[in-house]
Amino acid sequence: MPTDYLLKRAGLFLLILWLASTVNFFLPRLGGQDPIRAQLGAQAAMGGASQIGAKAMIEEYDKRFGLDRPLWQQYVTYLGDTLRFEFNFSMSSYPTKVVDIIWRSMPWTITLLGVTTVMAWTMGTVLGAVLTQPNAPRAIRYLLAPILTLSAIPFFLLGLLLIYLLGFQLKWFPLAGGYDQGLLPAWDPKIVLNMVYHSVLPALSIILASIGFWTLGMRGVMVSTQGEDYLLFAEAKGLRGRTIFLRYAIRNALLPQLTALALALGNIISGAVLVEVIFQYPGVGSLLYQSIRASDFYMIQGVVFIIIVAIGLATLILDLIYPVLDPRITYARR
Amino acid sequence: MATVAREQALPRWDTRGNRLGEMAVGTLRYLRRNPELVVGISLILALLAFVVIGHFVVDLDKARPLSNRPLAPPSPSLPLGSDKQGRNLLAVLVVGTPQTIQIGLIAGLIGVFIGTVLALVAAFYRGVADAFIRGVVDIGLTIPGLMVLVTLAMNVKGGLSIPQMIMVVAALAWLFPARVIRAQVLSARDRAYIDVARLSGAPTWAIIITEVLPNLMPYIVASLVGSVSAAVLASVGLEVLGLGSFDSLTIGMTLYWIIYYAAIINSWWWWWLPPIIIIIVLFTGLFMMAVGLDEFANPRLRRRV
Repeated sequence: MPTDYLLKRAGLFLLILWLASTVNFFLPRLGGQDPIRAQLGAQAAMGGASQIGAKAMIEEYDKRFGLDRPLWQQYVTYLGDTLRFEFNFSMSSYPTKVVDIIWRSMPWTITLLGVTTVMAWTMGTVLGAVLTQPNAPRAIRYLLAPILTLSAIPFFLLGLLLIYLLGFQLKWFPLAGGYDQGLLPAWDPKIVLNMVYHSVLPALSIILASIGFWTLGMRGVMVSTQGEDYLLFAEAKGLRGRTIFLRYAIRNALLPQLTALALALGNIISGAVLVEVIFQYPGVGSLLYQSIRASDFYMIQGVVFIIIVAIGLATLILDLIYPVLDPRITYARR
Repeated sequence: MATVAREQALPRWDTRGNRLGEMAVGTLRYLRRNPELVVGISLILALLAFVVIGHFVVDLDKARPLSNRPLAPPSPSLPLGSDKQGRNLLAVLVVGTPQTIQIGLIAGLIGVFIGTVLALVAAFYRGVADAFIRGVVDIGLTIPGLMVLVTLAMNVKGGLSIPQMIMVVAALAWLFPARVIRAQVLSARDRAYIDVARLSGAPTWAIIITEVLPNLMPYIVASLVGSVSAAVLASVGLEVLGLGSFDSLTIGMTLYWIIYYAAIINSWWWWWLPPIIIIIVLFTGLFMMAVGLDEFANPRLRRRV
């Protein structure tokens, strides 16, 4: 892989990191009054449990971002902090660091999102490819309309319906959470099974609502490659229909599907965050919801930044795989 | 197919009424071949009919909290019952549905307008402007949009009012239209009729307005439908996360309260089912319209399956 392609993609990733942290720094300061400082002040004045640590956080905040320091010094401090994932303490549960709480919920989101995205992408791609074949089973054709309709509905709405039907009415699956109360997540077969059991409904709502998107995309690419010279040539050589389908048609159509995957990751996580909220799944989405309800600005900033970084990283990895799969790609500047 | 029909209709300079009649017949004939568009438009019209009739039939003041007994199941006086805070849910939906659509429509219009302008600038002036716009769009589309919107919304005190919600959602709504329309402008600018216009000495802005834009209209309308749908989705997402204004009655806020009070596992079906149906009708309608318009914009995409 040529180094300038690699450098360009890595540079783009760094640019996203810089943009995300810069926006995080300047936006709260645009209104003249800093909402973070205001929230800390309100918390200190409120008393009770939320007051714990507020004084210490104000002191710390004023030392680093106080108005006696010029803006650029605050900015540099902030950039350094975010790049080390130092997002300060959680305002609502004081002595715990934001980043520790986020790391605790990350594995849940990554697993749920990774598994569902791979499954939906694979199933949708296969379905879309099969649909373009003249001898496709009739059952699949009838499946298309409902699957496409589902893809128009937001993930979390489908989740609400699934909670009601499969969780509340039929009682097949748990209504919420990531594991039974009283259990502690650990690598024990029984507990892992319990965690998988809890993730079925959230996973199902993401998969069902996104298969249609991949089906439609794959079908489009397959249709547009029909009648290409290389397919005609394969046919003229007398290759079997199945070989042409698997080795020639699908293989070439997979590349645009992969590009589409890299582009869709941002939308998928946006939808998955809300799925976590309605299932109270212990991932970063629920964390975001709780921190918005508690006005925990440090936590919100941390979650938003880490999600953007994670998606940026995933896109970067996909982009780096792409030229390996497709040797035709020219690395030169477009 | 549709464009061919329009071109054939052009040379005939019959009376105006005659042409309008022909257009109507042609439109009907086209709609018969495009069932998706018909279904989509019908669903949206049904939703609008619900809102309009509701405004005449329902006392909208009852959408305020504490104006009814809380958690009353449906009855003749309260056709959809009331929620935990004593809102008449039918009144809430009649008020909230158009507000949600309004957020999506205005944000979508802003997005498509900005997107189209940027696409035209990028595709016609190329060079640095194009590279910059394309770069921003490429980066912007890979960043999780909802996270950016959360950051914007977080800095607004006391939850987003409807105008603020429109502005926040519109902040990212131009990215996708800009990309789609730019590609179309690029393919349009090399057509022969553009060359003719250029050779006859027309300035670039005149070519854009008189030659390019009319031919882009189907794409612009198609991407408007997509943008409206994306904007509604984004606003509902922000509201479900708790960033909407708590006295707003939009469908998104209704869903927020449903989740907040766990209406689903408490069997308050009259509370959660109707807004979900409305959202499903809205999104399915917009999706069908987008599919239908796509076919109208690129007749060559005809389903060969």
